[in-house]
Amino acid sequence: MDEIAKPDQLLEKLADDVKQLLDERNIDDPLMVGIHTGGAWIAGILHAKLALSQPLATLDISFYRDDFSRIGMNPKVRPSSLPPQVEDKHIILVDDVLQTGRTIRAAMNEIFDYGRPASITLICLVDRSGRELPIQADIIGQHLQLGAEQHIKLSGPEPLDFIVT
Amino acid sequence: MVNKASRRTNPLIGNDSWNIQLDSKGRLKHLLTIEGLGSEILTSILDTAESFANVNQQRVKKVPLLRGKTIVNLFFEASTRTRTTFELAAKRLSADILNVNISTSATSKGESLLDTLQNLQAMLCDMFIVRHSDSGAAHFIAGNVAPHISVINAGDGRHAHPTQALLDMFTIRRNKGHDFGRLRVAIVGDLLHSRVARSQIHALNILNTGEVRVIAPKTLIPTDIEDMGVNVFNDLESGIRDADVIITLRLQKERMQGALLPSEHEYYSLYGLTAERLCAARDDAIIMHPGPINRGVEIESRVADGARSVILDQVTYGISVRMAVMSMVLGREPEAADAEAHA
Repeated sequence: MDEIAKPDQLLEKLADDVKQLLDERNIDDPLMVGIHTGGAWIAGILHAKLALSQPLATLDISFYRDDFSRIGMNPKVRPSSLPPQVEDKHIILVDDVLQTGRTIRAAMNEIFDYGRPASITLICLVDRSGRELPIQADIIGQHLQLGAEQHIKLSGPEPLDFIVT
Repeated sequence: MVNKASRRTNPLIGNDSWNIQLDSKGRLKHLLTIEGLGSEILTSILDTAESFANVNQQRVKKVPLLRGKTIVNLFFEASTRTRTTFELAAKRLSADILNVNISTSATSKGESLLDTLQNLQAMLCDMFIVRHSDSGAAHFIAGNVAPHISVINAGDGRHAHPTQALLDMFTIRRNKGHDFGRLRVAIVGDLLHSRVARSQIHALNILNTGEVRVIAPKTLIPTDIEDMGVNVFNDLESGIRDADVIITLRLQKERMQGALLPSEHEYYSLYGLTAERLCAARDDAIIMHPGPINRGVEIESRVADGARSVILDQVTYGISVRMAVMSMVLGREPEAADAEAHA
């Protein structure tokens, strides 16, 4: 298995990469959206580092999951805090671990129920093997090759760390 | 946590069947009554409703959660608010909903209730929302449907109206915060016929409300009400003194037999909630009413339409609360449901 960097090490570079990408794409006032729970922690840190002016938004994708009929209702669902107007906004969607792509599919569906954004850029701290949908991140902290039986999870928010089981 | 008071037989439904609403893992399978539910389930319904309140702010007010589920509104008694908010809640969860009009259905051609239910089951439904003028009707139906079907009580006789009580608790929590221990809640009006009041009192007790008061003329107070741990008042002004929440109930003329009241006019002169009388309550007291309101009978228009009235908020919150109940009941882990079905 690859060596896993500490989240804090990855975050410095991630913030620089996001800034560069926003410059390249001429996006000056993006709306940063973190996916509960790990993605919201990462988004909080990036939001502060980049000193973004639009308030940080969070998304709980429980109501949009594709496995509701298999695993049932998430008993700890939290309200999403997306502003009612996402119309024509440039969204930076942040998650901790990108694996199957299903969470991002659900998150994009939820965002579109609030309005039609101008663009969505996906940032993930870790991109691990196991994709089941054609979804790629624009910026990644670290790529990891993990076996199907291996799991990686972000613990936090203070301190942030990876748990591999 | 199980409410001890609920262990005894309920005089209105005649048996001890409050617990059929939970599955083997203690999760909600049916919602028939508030009685016997733990504070954990109650709080988790209110928390989930909070998330659904956000969905109702979206441009597309719909989530795909219950796609492919079929829900039947089975109303044996007239209702507009409750039926339509259940219908909207189901639609916002992407379920398919049928409104069966009982008065024009086969029941009026002599089909028995159980035959009607079996036919609806044969149409592969997942949930029945039941309103009936007989106490215990929803329990009866829950005890006679196939194991995969859930039943939600939308009001049965004088017995219970659990989703109304839940949306009332949600409204109180939104306005007064999560600590019910510091609240004084006064329920005014026709308690004798009110399934809403019974369910409210159970819910307020489960959430450890500081004080629950009931206010009505002696003829409109059930004799066993003090067993529910409430303080009884026959005078409106002393009853609402220092109250944080005042819930007015509709005078249920259609259920009254015999001379319980001299006249509506006299009732209003003694128990009508007027702006003048409201001075006795706390300045920040909120006014609630389950609807439909009778202006000039139990409440003055100035109060019903006033700044402290949250009566229309209750209607809005009813959608989120019903979405929460439906999704929690239908969103139990299916393995558990299957195991029960095969048990």
